[in-house]
Amino acid sequence: MSRNLILGGTLTLVFVLAALLSFVWTPDGVEAMNIAGRLKPPNADNLLGTDHFGRDILSMLMVGARTSIAVALVAVGIGMGIGVPLGLAAAARSGGMLDEVIMRMNDLIFAFPSLVIAILITAVFGPSATNAIIAIGIFNIPVFARITRGTALSLWKREFIMAARVAGKTRTRISVEHILPNVANLLIVQGTIQFSLGILAEAGLSYVGLGAQPPIPSWGRMLADAQTMVALAPHVALIPGLTIVAMVLGLNLLGDGLRDALDPRLKVART
Amino acid sequence: MLRYTLKRLASLVVSLIVASVVIFTVVEIAPGDPASFMLGINAQPDTVAALRAELGLDQSKLDRYLDWVGGMLTGDFGTSYTYRAPVAQMIADRLWVSLPLALYALTLSTVIAFPAGIFAAARRGGVGDLSVTGATQLGVAIPNFWFAMMLVLIFAINLRWFSAGGFPGWDRGFWGGMKALTLPAIALALPQAAILTRVMRSSLLDILGEDFIRTARAKGLSARQALWRHGLRNALIPVLTIIGLQFAFLLAGAIIIEQVFFLPGLGRLIFQAITQRDLIVVESVVMLLVFAVIVVNFVVDLAYAAVDPRLRTRA
Repeated sequence: MSRNLILGGTLTLVFVLAALLSFVWTPDGVEAMNIAGRLKPPNADNLLGTDHFGRDILSMLMVGARTSIAVALVAVGIGMGIGVPLGLAAAARSGGMLDEVIMRMNDLIFAFPSLVIAILITAVFGPSATNAIIAIGIFNIPVFARITRGTALSLWKREFIMAARVAGKTRTRISVEHILPNVANLLIVQGTIQFSLGILAEAGLSYVGLGAQPPIPSWGRMLADAQTMVALAPHVALIPGLTIVAMVLGLNLLGDGLRDALDPRLKVART
Repeated sequence: MLRYTLKRLASLVVSLIVASVVIFTVVEIAPGDPASFMLGINAQPDTVAALRAELGLDQSKLDRYLDWVGGMLTGDFGTSYTYRAPVAQMIADRLWVSLPLALYALTLSTVIAFPAGIFAAARRGGVGDLSVTGATQLGVAIPNFWFAMMLVLIFAINLRWFSAGGFPGWDRGFWGGMKALTLPAIALALPQAAILTRVMRSSLLDILGEDFIRTARAKGLSARQALWRHGLRNALIPVLTIIGLQFAFLLAGAIIIEQVFFLPGLGRLIFQAITQRDLIVVESVVMLLVFAVIVVNFVVDLAYAAVDPRLRTRA
């Protein structure tokens, strides 16, 4: 096991466990305000200090991890759920109408600046975690479609696929039974990377008020709230920010580690 | 080359048309009627109807789409629902902040990434390479708006070298404007510089493994000379593509950074428009940004094909 894999895996696991733990236990309530004890730096009672309403930052971060992970995970799910079948279909009929249409649509989505469209979607349909998921998810579709198609195209030329065709299997069956398992490794690695990009995108959207809405805690909004307090109490901005960095870094290292572990020859496009 | 250009031009036009239809449709299915929103809940039905007529909301969807696109082609972006001012003028004012900011950040990221990428590639596997690669790992993991807040904390609040936000306007002097854009540009450039450094490094490493580099070494050039004379030039092609893509990204990324620094750019405009449901402004700004991305990609593709004839047959 490589160092990347261990370090990245551990970091990711810590955040996932913290998010799961928050369902049953947090050090303090996240809606209990305590104005007298606001903006306290880290201390024995509040390990990571308190925010401008006197809420425990550690508890907020744990519940916020839930939001970040849920949004990014579902967005990756949308990307894979739609992108992978499209990529498989395009490769199965490579050069055909379907392939052409799918790839042109992909190019088109790539041409849109993702943040701008996320803003447009949330602006039109109202800011919410669900709309943030959709906005981020749409941009995961072409990423997965592209790597699935690319890898599948080279697989279709291999002997074992030829053998399957001679045996009379349909293209759909071959795609599902033979191509998909061979693309899976690559999808897992790319999924990790898109997951980390999703965490960043969610943080950005909720920072500008277009992600999860109060009272659901989210890392991005904690930073937005911290902005005016940063001179008085730097920890309210420092701690949530470092949390995002640690989570994203962990996922990226995990992605690199998985790539090396699953197949050293693989090269994953980082977009 | 002409054939290739025409082909790409056709696909550029198609992309723009599809993009405009998508944006128009999304805004069209938005819940809520702008006219009733502007007049409030107590408005009389006939007042609302009059305003709808004035705004052109009573025409058919197709007519309004054609009006919108036709207007944009002639530089008329419509009239803002809330400000009653021409959208084109509002956008032009804001572009004077957003565009210089994006260019400034692009310059910074290039200036950082080139030396860093070359440095790392020349010392592959060494301590220097590992530190640069480690720094880029960190660079892509840092949310740029948080980095911006930290810059404000250190350089504006503690050291007082820069102001924490706001923009004095270009008419108050070029350097004053540049100074106000410096922290935002650094914040915007950081993740881009990290990505560009990686591309520069891996592209150079790919090239350094090529046969012609071995030939250059064989005829007596040192590793360093081979890198500078033959490696760099060939490694630049993917790097230029990424720079092209980044420009578009920076223009869009500026939207969030502008919020941190209270800069009166396109980002502020779009957020104000969103809260006021001034959809014509949202629609036009989004279309403009998408237009910029598509056109920049088109230009990069052409430049690419001009440099490398092999690419003309593709696409």
